[in-house]
Amino acid sequence: MIQTVVYIALICVAVAMITLLYRVIKGPTLPDRIVALDALGVNIVAMVALVCIALDTNAFLEVILLFGILAFIGTVAFSKYLEKGVIIENDRNS
Amino acid sequence: MIEIAKLIIVAFILIGAFFHLIAALGVIRLPDVYTRNHAASKAATLGVLCILLGTFLYFYFIHDHFNSRVLLGILFMFLTAPVAGHLLGRAAYHSGVKMWGQNGPDDYKEYIEIKKSEKYQEYEAYRKKIEENIKAESK
Repeated sequence: MIQTVVYIALICVAVAMITLLYRVIKGPTLPDRIVALDALGVNIVAMVALVCIALDTNAFLEVILLFGILAFIGTVAFSKYLEKGVIIENDRNS
Repeated sequence: MIEIAKLIIVAFILIGAFFHLIAALGVIRLPDVYTRNHAASKAATLGVLCILLGTFLYFYFIHDHFNSRVLLGILFMFLTAPVAGHLLGRAAYHSGVKMWGQNGPDDYKEYIEIKKSEKYQEYEAYRKKIEENIKAESK
């Protein structure tokens, strides 16, 4: 039962990722694309968890935490670039 | 016992997949960045939390394996996804993306303009001076 449901959920998440990819390609502004990419990172985390259940192994569970951290750092860097034009400010006095 | 656990796991996974689909649909259908960000950051976060909880329960009940990394992942996603959504919305506003069908005053823009105005700068300088005086007197 669990295997069937996991495959159904994998298909659902894959369809969600394809629709998000449409927004990444088409999105009229840059923030649109970044919102869609952030949601894609979250979907990848879900997909890794589902693949772990489908393959019946606990070898990839570390990848969940890793992808969560990397997606968050990427989003923060992109939004800082959008807001200020730089990601790391070298001028400490401003 | 194990059958009930399986039912709970299946329910969590299905709810999570459903919320992922809802989030993707919202990102496609909604008209501007802010509403899309709203859909993506809330629905996708709830979906991934449900799926990770289902994964944790699967490994706990079926394999009798307590995986603390998945719990840490749940906590981390729950903490960081709203922060990322907030930063994205803020960056979109400051990079000048227009709101869809805005009817009504833009309060945040008014606030920014007030903060930039000369009178507010004078007021800030005056307030700082008074605070310094109080500090000097208390010494």
